[in-house]
Amino acid sequence: MTKELMRPLPRTWWLRKQNYLVFMIRELTSLAVLAYAVLLIGIMLVASDEASFSGLFDFLDSTTGVVIHVGLFVFAMFHTITWIALTPKVLVLWRGDEQIESDVIAGANSILFLVVSGGLLWVVLG
Amino acid sequence: MSSKPDRTAPLLWLLFSGGGTASAMLLPAMVVVTGVAVPAGWVAEDDLLSLIRNPLTRLVLVGLVFLFLFHWAHRFRYALVDLGLGRLGNQAWLFYGTALAGTIVAAVAALRL
Repeated sequence: MTKELMRPLPRTWWLRKQNYLVFMIRELTSLAVLAYAVLLIGIMLVASDEASFSGLFDFLDSTTGVVIHVGLFVFAMFHTITWIALTPKVLVLWRGDEQIESDVIAGANSILFLVVSGGLLWVVLG
Repeated sequence: MSSKPDRTAPLLWLLFSGGGTASAMLLPAMVVVTGVAVPAGWVAEDDLLSLIRNPLTRLVLVGLVFLFLFHWAHRFRYALVDLGLGRLGNQAWLFYGTALAGTIVAAVAALRL
């Protein structure tokens, strides 16, 4: 066994710099993704009968439901923006000898996001 | 530390990024549906119910639950490690097990509709 020579970090290291804080919030947006998955499971569980579904529909219509959704929306958008900002680092494309600029890749993903969002709302509300 | 190659790591990273992409593209609009369209009355209760009961919607929703949960499991587990809570974060089974259990519940619920 080798001895670990890692310097211990205080648990509040991520509060020291704005960059670190943004990183931590970005990682914690996964909790909003979890919360929405739980809501989707709940929706499918109650959709088997009209009365239970009505109960859930009333909850979504309540102040609590709306407040929760405001929080979810902020976290979801934070996730979308930071995720799209990372796409050029993951997706490195070349046109001949020329690397496609990161703004083009992030821009294409932003457009895709808008199209997909519009499409989803059109399917549900249209 | 084990020196054995971890064969599940690439799969878990794939699910993390699949779930990250799916939620980045779809989650804000989905939140608008349940958080704005429903309270604002833009969508009727019966219409939303029949949309959810549609077999294609159910298939998509189960797929999204699967990706969302595995995205959460992977990202949250490492966030806990970064927060100095490695003892909890390294209990991999707890997170992936929760994700798998949630997916099974979603699939069973979808099949019973």
